[in-house]
Amino acid sequence: MSGKNHSHDLPFWRKYIFSVDHKVIGIQYAITGLLFLLFGFSLMMLLRWQLAYPGQPVPFIGHLFNESMMVGGIMLPEFYNQLGAMHGTIMVFLGVVPLAVGGFGNYLVPLQIGAPDMAFPKLNMMSYWVYFLGGVTMIASFFAPGGAAQSGWTSYPPLADIATTGQTMWLIGMIFLITSSLLGSINFIVTIVQLRAEGLSFFRFPFFVWAQFVTSFLLLLAFPPLEAAGVLQLMDRLLHTSFFLPSGLVVSGNVVPVSGGGNPLLWQHLFWFLAHPEVYVLILPAMGIVAEVLACNTRKPIYGYKAMVYSVIFIGFMSFIVWAHHMFLTNMGTKMSAFFQITTMIISIPSVVILTALALSLWGGSIRFNTPMLFAVTFLPMFGIGGLTGLPLGLAAADIHLHDTYYVIGHFHYVVAPGTLFALFAGIYHWFPKVTGRKMWEFLGKLHFWPSLFFINGVFMPMFIMGLAGVSRRLYDPIQYAHAQPVQPLNVFMSICAWGLGLSQIPFVLNFFGSLFFGKKVDANPWEATTLEWSAPSPPPHGNFSIAPQVYRGPYEYSVPGQKHDFWPQAMKEEN
Amino acid sequence: MSSPGLIRYISKPHPVTGVTNSKLGIWCFLASEVMLFGALFSAYILLRTGAPSWPRGSDLLNVPLATLNTIVLITSSVTMVMAWASLALKDFSKYRRYMGFTILLAFTFLVVKGFEYGHKFEHHHFPSTSNFYAIYFALTGLHGLHVIGGIIVNSYLLFPGSALWKTEPEQFMGRVECAGLYWHFVDLVWIFLFPVLYLL
Repeated sequence: MSGKNHSHDLPFWRKYIFSVDHKVIGIQYAITGLLFLLFGFSLMMLLRWQLAYPGQPVPFIGHLFNESMMVGGIMLPEFYNQLGAMHGTIMVFLGVVPLAVGGFGNYLVPLQIGAPDMAFPKLNMMSYWVYFLGGVTMIASFFAPGGAAQSGWTSYPPLADIATTGQTMWLIGMIFLITSSLLGSINFIVTIVQLRAEGLSFFRFPFFVWAQFVTSFLLLLAFPPLEAAGVLQLMDRLLHTSFFLPSGLVVSGNVVPVSGGGNPLLWQHLFWFLAHPEVYVLILPAMGIVAEVLACNTRKPIYGYKAMVYSVIFIGFMSFIVWAHHMFLTNMGTKMSAFFQITTMIISIPSVVILTALALSLWGGSIRFNTPMLFAVTFLPMFGIGGLTGLPLGLAAADIHLHDTYYVIGHFHYVVAPGTLFALFAGIYHWFPKVTGRKMWEFLGKLHFWPSLFFINGVFMPMFIMGLAGVSRRLYDPIQYAHAQPVQPLNVFMSICAWGLGLSQIPFVLNFFGSLFFGKKVDANPWEATTLEWSAPSPPPHGNFSIAPQVYRGPYEYSVPGQKHDFWPQAMKEEN
Repeated sequence: MSSPGLIRYISKPHPVTGVTNSKLGIWCFLASEVMLFGALFSAYILLRTGAPSWPRGSDLLNVPLATLNTIVLITSSVTMVMAWASLALKDFSKYRRYMGFTILLAFTFLVVKGFEYGHKFEHHHFPSTSNFYAIYFALTGLHGLHVIGGIIVNSYLLFPGSALWKTEPEQFMGRVECAGLYWHFVDLVWIFLFPVLYLL
């Protein structure tokens, strides 16, 4: 350990709470993100009661909610809408992105590029605490008069413009979150470009670093337009401007007293200009994690590494010009629709290239089926289903039937839940030994994996059937329309699976805390992996490496012919 | 080979990229700012092209005051460069003078802007009056916030932050340069705002 290591002299609150060490901040992000994932999931488990058994009182916990949420345990429509809007917001902006980018990115990127820390440690700390403030604002909005935001995670005006106070808090919370991700993304870009170890050229980056690099550019450039939109919507709500309010808008029989002349579509354009790249913010780090776990557990190099890198860069560019495929039904015109459906079809190509390369990487490998590998391999078909079901949505004609139905929900949840979340679980099991110095238990890991896999498909697969049957999303009463009644039994099945999925997370929680204290102790490189983070001690000390590492080769030198061992670390000078 | 545990390229540029960490950082930040103001300008275009009629800016806004403000802001960009150049010439007292001028000019801009706003409010022209005023207040208000941000940063570099000049002159110069890049950007936004809102 170097003499520069002064972390032991710091008081508790500087070392663990207001820390500037990227590893502590990464852990803070990951834990907060996991808690928000649990919270957002709980909202959905509650909401699914109403979908399975509409109008019946929620058992056991129904009486705990106050009169504005549930009456006699029966969920009110306003509360149902809050649950839906906040589930989406929390899962995307407070759960998955903070865990994937803030958590994994913060912890791993400096280690994988051989840097002692992020380029701007104080900005890094600030990024976390601004994110935390955003989270607190979002949670507090449940206690605002009229409850939390109710206009969906997309906050479409005019509805959002005239919604209750919770929407204002949603916007303020979002501005915090955007500021946080701005600080984070600048930090990532500068760190990756400037603080690479000696010998670590761009094409020697682990794929995870590439994924985070492109993700950072998406966050940097796509989020500001939503910030602008958020400011405009705040002005609409607080200063009574009409950016998003058309002339002569009638609400509850009365003409809204505003100047009018605004355009609700303006919000949709600005929102989706962020929110489509945001989809790739959700998926690229997951692809990065899967590439790392796959290469390590197949004991062979990733197939088509360079093609994957070019693909991920191409995805980054293209993701800025596909946003209006979310708006085919807004009467924006067939020329616009034609343009955006073409770009949408084009962007599917690099995604397929990456997925194919990852699948081909399995070919001929001597695969170790440990828990991280199970989650990582499962990512491939799950993301495949999510991606392929997206194609009909990207074609304007097919989208007319499918738009705003459960099919859409099924599609993007396959990408984000059994896709991204499974990759994130793979990452947690894979890097847990690096972070804590202890392995997670295999048995509990498999007890987590198999039921989760079954139940998560039970939740999302029937959604495609419901959507094809024409059932709209966001319906408070799922059997309000005659065409939805024949598929209502699916809702019961999906809800039971959702609660089963909730129970399947118990082994994970037990495993997480149990292995933290009683897991098997490991050395620096328990998986015999090649990338730089595994040449630092487990857990790495403040400053990460005892001597600044030198990189001699690419990231995935597994099973190199003529070598004694089947892995050849990037930082190892001599033969292995 | 450098020693571990230290973040490199804080005051010296990276041999390959040719920039320091903070300079790359500030360019990234400015890129995101371009997207922020770009989104607002897009909103302006969409609202204006969608409106049945749109007023001429010069009929409703005070062009002479805005012209004055344009000159004030451009001058402040010049003094900002002079402040940085004085540091390059190792003339610290000159730096303080030019930085002081820059801050003073920024305040002048805000005072003039304040008069303009006050004048609008007197005539009951609020953001809620029409979408022209709405986008006018949104764009100039956000720009004004950026000016205030610049004043805070520059004041820090003029007073408490300038202690760094004695210990790490190179790093201090880097900071002034980054603040300068930001300040020129704020200036540049105004140079777009002025014709778009006041003249077109």
